[in-house]
Amino acid sequence: MSDIRNEAEAKQNATHKPPLDPHLKALENEAIHIFREVAAEFERPVMLYSIGKDSSVLLHLARKAFYPGRVPFPLLHVNTGWKFAEMIAFRDNIVKEYDLDLIEHINPRGAAENVTPFTHGSALYTDIMKTESLRQALDAGKYDAAFGGARRDEEASRAKERIYSFRTPDHRWDPRNQRPELWNVYNGMIRQGESVRAFPLSNWTEVDIWRYIQAEDIPIVPLYFAKKRPYVERDGMMIMAEDPRMELLPGEVRQEGVIRFRTLGCFPLTGAIRSNATTLDDIIAELETATVSERQGRAIDRDQSGSMEKKKREGYF
Amino acid sequence: MTVSATATAEALPLEAPVAEQARAIRDSRPLRLITCGSVDDGKSTLIGRLLWDTKAVKEDQAATLHRDSGKQNDLGLPDFALLLDGLQAEREQGITIDVAYRYFSTDRRSFIVADTPGHEQYTRNMATGASTADLAVLLVDARAGILEQTRRHATIASLMGIRQFVLAVNKIDLTNYDRARFLEIVHDFKEFALTLGVKQITAIPMSALKGENVVYDGRAAMPWYDGPTLVETLEKATTRSNQTVGFRLPVQRVSRPGESFRGYQGTVAGGSVKPGDSVVILPSGMVANVTKIVTFDLVRNAAVAGDAITLVLDRQVDVSRGDMIVAIDSQPMTGRGFDAQIVALQPDRIEPGKRYWLKSGSRRQRVLIEPVSQLDLKTSKWGTAERLGMNAIGKVHLTFDEQAIFDTYEQNRTTGAFILIDPDTNNTVAGGMITGRRSELGGIHKDDQRVLLSLPADLAEKIMASELFASRRQDVDIRHTTVGRAAEILGDLDE
Repeated sequence: MSDIRNEAEAKQNATHKPPLDPHLKALENEAIHIFREVAAEFERPVMLYSIGKDSSVLLHLARKAFYPGRVPFPLLHVNTGWKFAEMIAFRDNIVKEYDLDLIEHINPRGAAENVTPFTHGSALYTDIMKTESLRQALDAGKYDAAFGGARRDEEASRAKERIYSFRTPDHRWDPRNQRPELWNVYNGMIRQGESVRAFPLSNWTEVDIWRYIQAEDIPIVPLYFAKKRPYVERDGMMIMAEDPRMELLPGEVRQEGVIRFRTLGCFPLTGAIRSNATTLDDIIAELETATVSERQGRAIDRDQSGSMEKKKREGYF
Repeated sequence: MTVSATATAEALPLEAPVAEQARAIRDSRPLRLITCGSVDDGKSTLIGRLLWDTKAVKEDQAATLHRDSGKQNDLGLPDFALLLDGLQAEREQGITIDVAYRYFSTDRRSFIVADTPGHEQYTRNMATGASTADLAVLLVDARAGILEQTRRHATIASLMGIRQFVLAVNKIDLTNYDRARFLEIVHDFKEFALTLGVKQITAIPMSALKGENVVYDGRAAMPWYDGPTLVETLEKATTRSNQTVGFRLPVQRVSRPGESFRGYQGTVAGGSVKPGDSVVILPSGMVANVTKIVTFDLVRNAAVAGDAITLVLDRQVDVSRGDMIVAIDSQPMTGRGFDAQIVALQPDRIEPGKRYWLKSGSRRQRVLIEPVSQLDLKTSKWGTAERLGMNAIGKVHLTFDEQAIFDTYEQNRTTGAFILIDPDTNNTVAGGMITGRRSELGGIHKDDQRVLLSLPADLAEKIMASELFASRRQDVDIRHTTVGRAAEILGDLDE
């Protein structure tokens, strides 16, 4: 297999695509700059890949940043074992099609102790299967930089996070003592064992992500588009009832409806929305008039105020 | 109490139809702005109001606010300050301790707001927010007027290269919409701004709490004011561009995916470039021509400041990360001695004689700092200084072991900017702006005789590629012209 993306591919990329508008172009340029800077400054970068829309954009930007070369770092998927089946199928397809190196990690302790969102509650489950698991995977790979797709508009504590977010050897984030970040000059100096999380999408908003997916024709998991799907109502959320492990609780009824997902995570913790948006145009139009934020459908963010900050301090993305 | 802003909102709907809105927003890149002011000037309320009235805050976020605070302000709106102060320590102390970035858009444009703390001990955070901003909103309490902290923030913003200011005279409702008071404050500020060389000032009387002259106009309460609202001003502000200066490409990495391809990747930091252009690689001084500009989408026929590109040259030259590829006829300064202004960011003082890391663009090198003077923000006067403590703004000499490459910050906000890193802690300890190159060779230059040579371009290129030439590049002026014009110029000299 050649390491050089060929001219034919470039031509194909260019076919019938109008140039990006200045707004998206500026965001794209900034993200590519960050990718290149981290790849050049760190010895063992890795890219966190969660299969969602932000990850899809992140991956697309990484491919652009290093073209005509290969993406010079592996992708890391911290799997919980409770992702939507369609997400895993999508992931495997993308990895093959784009010739990427994928590392999948599932917390062996969690798997051995059979930690599930149903038996352990969302907070403990997330702590073990996501936060602890991520720390294990980063330690195992001795990664000194990890790209993530977090955006500052997602959540209040993220609004304060740097583009190069410094982590101690035990992956802790100290929001009170962040390094100042001026201009686009990033400080990548760390000691052995320390690391940074790098966020090329820091300045993107949810609408930007969708408009970019549309403009660049980026493949995404079909769950983002409305379709008739089975679900149950639980804790005020519509939880997809497709996986055989999803057992109905007393009083719950399996229903069918045209629904879609605004964000994707573990299926037992991710609420669907009622929507007829079957195209990117529909999704963008829906978003422009949306009255709730995207994380509203995430059970783990609602456990308590400041819950994201707490999780981040402990090493969560 | 009635809400005039709400009434105005109904009378003057600002939202365009969705499709039109989505199309219209994106004609320009986002405007980056910084908000600053003293504690209690109502800064968080102002930004909260901007986010609220442009519908950037969603219902569930507002619900979380209601739950957290259990209180509303007297307009039945959430406590906007809680919306912004995202860290637990901030909520506990009721103050903003770190720069937060906020996003909102109108039907014309999108905006990135750096929300910076008002407390004096967080001045460094203000400098951080100002470094990328196109415009500064200075908030003043109409009852208190211009304070020392207002002057301090205006000074820092101006030093960091901001040229557009909005003077937001807030809480005007608490002066009974006193026009004379507003004019008095504007007069005071303009007088002070003159000493900074700041000329672009838009002064707006407003009540952030009531939403008057923020997104919606406050005509009902202030018929005497017929100027723009804050958002109208922001929509019309200009974004900075480095497109009119010489071409600069700080090389981030060399892409060598195979034997057949060698490209230099980086973000254009100034000017533009197209295939066929002659460029110089600094600090080596080697000359080459651009053959291709490669991007994922297509081979492009030009790239401008801001574009992340891969450049292919027509010959084998030694280029590595940290080098700068520049226009042959408009080169930056190179040398071992520079003058700069810095903002000290950490409790550890900037000490003379200590060797720091300096990072500018993709180039990192060792530097000795010699503080010369410090700005007294109370009096706006420069006094002598031997070391610079946290939040100090100082003039310094920089001395490098190896050749450094800069433009002045005034000319180029990217290639004229740098950070200092303490090698003991790896922390970022200062942000700096180049003001000029210091003549390091002293006496050699006292003879101001010059020699004009008119050479064929290929011969000139060979000479310029030499090491001796590169080491004295800063002393040379180069212009490309035709044989006829060169003869004319030399002819003029002979007369």
